[in-house]
Amino acid sequence: MLPACADPSTLEGLSWYLCYLTTGKHLSFYTSFGTVLLLLAVTAPAALALGFGGAMLARSRVPPLAWIGKGYVAIVRGVPDIAFFLFFVVALDQGFEYLRHRIMCADWDQPVRQGNDFVVCDIAKLPLNSSPQWMHEIYGFALAVLTFAIVFGAFAANVLYGAMRAVPRAQMETAEAYGMTHRQTFWRVLVPQMWVYALPGLSNLWMVLIKASPLLFLLGVEDIVYWARDLGGSKTPQFTDYPHGDWRMWYFLFLLVFYLAFTRVSEVVLDRLMRRLTHGQAIAGGEAQRKTAMVGPA
Amino acid sequence: MSCLDTLQSYALRSLGLGERALPTTDFTFCQQATLIGSGLAWNIYFGALALLTGFFLAVAVALAKGSDHAWLRKPADWFTFVFRGSPLFIQFFFGYFLFLSLKQSVPVFSPLTSAALGALIVLFLNTSAYSAEIFHGALQAIPKGDLEAADAYGLAGWTKFRRVTFPTMLRLAWPAYTNEAIFLFHATTLVFFTGFPAIQQKGDALYYAKYFAEKTFNPFVPYPILAGYFILLTLAIIGLFQLGSRRLNRHMPAQGRRWRAKFQVIR
Amino acid sequence: MTRIIFASALALAATGALAQDVVRLATEGAYPPYNFLNDQGEVDGFERGLGDELCARAQLTCEWVTNEWDSIIPNLVSGNYDAIIAGMSITDERDEVIDFTQNYYPPSPSAYAALSPDVDVNTGTVTAQTGTIQAAHVASTGATLVEFATPEETVAAVRNGEADAVLADKDFLAPIVGESGGELTFVGEDVPLGGGIGLGFRESDAELRETFDAAIQSMKDDGTLNTMLIKWFGEETQTF
Repeated sequence: MLPACADPSTLEGLSWYLCYLTTGKHLSFYTSFGTVLLLLAVTAPAALALGFGGAMLARSRVPPLAWIGKGYVAIVRGVPDIAFFLFFVVALDQGFEYLRHRIMCADWDQPVRQGNDFVVCDIAKLPLNSSPQWMHEIYGFALAVLTFAIVFGAFAANVLYGAMRAVPRAQMETAEAYGMTHRQTFWRVLVPQMWVYALPGLSNLWMVLIKASPLLFLLGVEDIVYWARDLGGSKTPQFTDYPHGDWRMWYFLFLLVFYLAFTRVSEVVLDRLMRRLTHGQAIAGGEAQRKTAMVGPA
Repeated sequence: MSCLDTLQSYALRSLGLGERALPTTDFTFCQQATLIGSGLAWNIYFGALALLTGFFLAVAVALAKGSDHAWLRKPADWFTFVFRGSPLFIQFFFGYFLFLSLKQSVPVFSPLTSAALGALIVLFLNTSAYSAEIFHGALQAIPKGDLEAADAYGLAGWTKFRRVTFPTMLRLAWPAYTNEAIFLFHATTLVFFTGFPAIQQKGDALYYAKYFAEKTFNPFVPYPILAGYFILLTLAIIGLFQLGSRRLNRHMPAQGRRWRAKFQVIR
Repeated sequence: MTRIIFASALALAATGALAQDVVRLATEGAYPPYNFLNDQGEVDGFERGLGDELCARAQLTCEWVTNEWDSIIPNLVSGNYDAIIAGMSITDERDEVIDFTQNYYPPSPSAYAALSPDVDVNTGTVTAQTGTIQAAHVASTGATLVEFATPEETVAAVRNGEADAVLADKDFLAPIVGESGGELTFVGEDVPLGGGIGLGFRESDAELRETFDAAIQSMKDDGTLNTMLIKWFGEETQTF
């Protein structure tokens, strides 16, 4: 808090706003933007990894594995993502604790579900009751990341599966003609080439992921929506130094602008990336680049 | 209470008909399935109306985006940018608060703060923007030859649009548009999680699923029920769009007719 | 699922009287004067002071956590925290799921607040927070119930004309009506609901509940609870 803000009741105009916007609560609000960015930064690679696994499963020549891979994609696609978010966080939490309970407290004789209570032994709790505050925060956040990764992993699997099939068949045949094993063909020929086919789909997915990030609010993480709703609500002078009316519209307008800027920047960056990846590829985009380069700037 | 009784009291609960009080004790599977299914009426209401009305705005915006006139193109570009570049979740919140303040200055706007109208408007604008982008892409992809052939036949203006440009655009856009429809129906579940209030506990499928999950402390029953309903709904949408696709492609050679939704692209 | 406030843990006499060395207290943080987040973003209000004092008397280390109202009981029973101290009235329905201590706040009336004194609260549109005794009460009258997730939104709904009246704890509405400069008034008759406010515990946590029960009793006995009630709710409030 700025020292000039010691007595907010005397402030007016600009300095009032300056002090208002730097209260501890507002600082938490600003920090929560970091939470959202962190979520995206962690979720994107996690979802990509899950998606890669899913796509490999779906391509598997063992039917049950292929069914698992395709079923995973189909179910996540068919159900609203928000339903998964609401379901997974509780289910994962209880699932992990139950597993730990079975392993660590094998001699426990009471049932885990006692009436309405879900009771596991103390050392199986996640995180432990005695753990410091930040452990609880990290755990809640990790559950959210995992949930996001599972949902978006299915979409990524779909994209990558399509990209793997888009790599020209001739490339694979050539590799096999050179005596590469199935595994070698996959890792040395297919995987390096599939990215350019996957990038449009993955870019789209990244945009969807950005736009899904406010759903963190529903997972119980203190995110930007939570703070915007709290800060925007009207405040009576008895409980705050900065009373004001219903400002929720302005706070949400700010969030709207934040997201617009964020998606716009992403779009520009991804376009550049696509141009670089297309360079020298035997596809229409690469051909177009080649032609432009040949003609050159006059 | 037998399952038939439950069905009678709660099958239309989401519309305000039947038993007024929601179940508070011994939540049976039947109660959960009935109420969650009843809530689906709202999802279909929002999804179907937004899609239907949004279609027309989307075509208009797509045409404006392809226009040579900047005064048509620029607003259309901004419209799609704003609605596609920000989360629907935030749009719902903002829309609700905006409608609230509109209502305070002009009382005519008061129905806007109800979910039935206000959320529908947000969904309508949102899906229009996404569909416009799809249609715009399709307009760009119309084979030059088709248009030249139309010119050669002496078609121009409205006739050309109605008989050549529009059907071709629709045919090209259809797989992606199917996808948009599926996601739109999924997005309808967000309505009651934002500012829009549920009146008399009349909510959508997810509203009731959450109700049961919170009352029974067991997410393993209501959410799978909800998932089941939505998978059925998704299949129904795909089926309907398949019929549309068959009609749009009826003049095409058999091999081009094989219907494929474009699942690589999501909203 | 737990909202965690960046408040420092209250390192109060951590002697570990119980097996549990840290007790996590959950509140909503949106129900002044009972509990709210102050400008620093910390839990504040009557229940903050009360909870800290109870923990000190019970020689426990307590930690504050905020959680959305509508999932505050589910998260207790699934073990995300150990106690609810969130202006929660003791009702039979809740008592079937969790266990309450004796009340630390006497049974108090709920009241309707509206923009105009001639609103009929039995036929009009009345708003209440989701999952509260007030919401259950409105649903049982002839009024049309409109639910919101937070108490603040219910009051906003009346101001915006979304609802004719709001039903909530009178002590929550009193400062709001008082500050509104005549905009809002109390209407209709007060409704006595619930058996006072207590702390909620898991049914399997009897030992911890008794510890807090004893601490509340000691605060009632030496009058500190009454002092605290008057500090937050004013001279006219009911005391023990």
